[in-house]
Amino acid sequence: MKKTIYKLALYVAGATPKSLEAFANLKNICEEYLKGKYSIDLIDLLKNPKLAKGDQIVAIPTLVRKSPPPLKKMIGNFSNKEKVLVGLNIIEQG
Amino acid sequence: MTKSKNMKSIVTSELPKCPSGIQGLDEITFGGLPQGRPTLVCGGAGCGKTLLAMEFLCRGALTYNEPGVFIAFEEKEKDLEENFASLGFDLKKLVKQKKLLIDYIYIERSEIEETGEYDLEGLFVRLASAIDTIGAKRVVLDTIEALFSGFSNQSILRAELRRLFRWLKEKGVTAIVTGEKGESLLTKHGLEEYVADCVIFLDHRVNEQIATRRLKIIKYRGSKHGTNEFPFLIGNNGISVFPMTSLLLSSSVSSQRISSGIKSLDAMFGNKGYYRGSAILVSGSAGSGKTSFGAQFVDSVCRNGQRALYFAFEESESQLSRNMTSIGIDLKKWIDKGPLRVVSNRATLCGLEMHLVMAHKAVKEFKPAVVVVDPITTMIGSGIVDEARAMISRLLDFLKNEGITVLATDLTLIGDRGGETEIGISSLCDTWIKLSMEMQDYQRIRRISIIKSRGMDHGHETKDLVITNKGLEIKDIPGVREGYK
Repeated sequence: MKKTIYKLALYVAGATPKSLEAFANLKNICEEYLKGKYSIDLIDLLKNPKLAKGDQIVAIPTLVRKSPPPLKKMIGNFSNKEKVLVGLNIIEQG
Repeated sequence: MTKSKNMKSIVTSELPKCPSGIQGLDEITFGGLPQGRPTLVCGGAGCGKTLLAMEFLCRGALTYNEPGVFIAFEEKEKDLEENFASLGFDLKKLVKQKKLLIDYIYIERSEIEETGEYDLEGLFVRLASAIDTIGAKRVVLDTIEALFSGFSNQSILRAELRRLFRWLKEKGVTAIVTGEKGESLLTKHGLEEYVADCVIFLDHRVNEQIATRRLKIIKYRGSKHGTNEFPFLIGNNGISVFPMTSLLLSSSVSSQRISSGIKSLDAMFGNKGYYRGSAILVSGSAGSGKTSFGAQFVDSVCRNGQRALYFAFEESESQLSRNMTSIGIDLKKWIDKGPLRVVSNRATLCGLEMHLVMAHKAVKEFKPAVVVVDPITTMIGSGIVDEARAMISRLLDFLKNEGITVLATDLTLIGDRGGETEIGISSLCDTWIKLSMEMQDYQRIRRISIIKSRGMDHGHETKDLVITNKGLEIKDIPGVREGYK
């Protein structure tokens, strides 16, 4: 169970203050709770618009948890740490 | 500011329009949808929104060489392709030719967790990329309201929608946005708030068990448009809107004459017959020879090498041609050779609008010089009298506008002595011939009189109508002399 690796993808559109903030928030949470067992793939849709289709991205920023399954999506700037942790199943709800 | 801009464009010229290519729609909008602006198409479930939107793109790609992007929130690419194949649109081919791009956007609220602020830049990026990929001039968002069920933050959503429509305008694409009919608003989520230039409402309603689809332009900024409800049909080649009520009395009149097929009747019209392109009403009681009248006319038209279309609401094609052989008219010959087509339908088969639509289609396809409607009064059976009257006048107007001579028969009940035919269509007709039966020495005798014939000299006396095995013949009543001329 400890071996679980979190493969995350963060979709943004350009280096806007919003996306930078989201990335920073996410990074902080991951560093705190998942140190050493996560990877964040930062995908800029402005450079690669075709990638939006694969994960059905509509809102920005979107975080996709590619593994462990099931696939999960989260949108927003991840300012609410509790919600992010619950959403990614890092800590159990409750 | 926009107002002054609009004002200016009225003074100089009409707004630039983007022809939809949909039959009839461009006529009632006087040219098409507002170019470079979004149009809202709304209506209830199954009213044909998606079809209208898709046809707009297909026609654009095929006829106007304008590629289009279809953003589908409800149906997958494959489903769309299959659905539209049945309507004769080969979406796959268009996609392959890069004239059409379908992008299915899937939004499922339960799969998305929201935390903090976000925007819909992803949608913009996808849309922009799709537009740029094929150089699209037309865009459809079907239906953007799906976003409302996908995201919970209404204020973000509304701000983003406003931005989206501004962005579409800046891009200069002509867009159709579809929306579901709402309770108090036009659309469930009030899309009309954002798309203010042109709103089209589609309706599908049932009246006395007969369903009709209707289209109405609710608003069209900076342009005149038809304000009525227009019936439309979803046929095997897409949508046809029938702007019948928008017809004006502007048909060009002809002073050419066309023979009625009965020599002795032509004689009553100054030896020349009817005016070409006029409407002739033949009314009479049952068995007075109305259908024979129509058949003889058609026969003469075909004999002169022209085409005739016969709408038979009471008899089938074979029944009609069999019956007419008894008076020496061989309709089958003309049907086989081609110049005659008989369309027989029961009047109750479908709604009035549908009849109109079918008549319209048949006329456009066959391009006849003469149309016979036998009898025009059966229409009343399949609808409300008022509607029937409106529909008949629309049919007659349409035929006149096409320059087609139309002969309509009308059944008057025995004992109906009024000068008015039942639904007052006589005023729409240029020539009115009345057939009647009289009892004389235990015999019933057919009589014919011309009640009116606009713009021509005609006989005023009542004559005998004899049905022989060589057709109809008109004879003077013994003892009655032509004394009026």
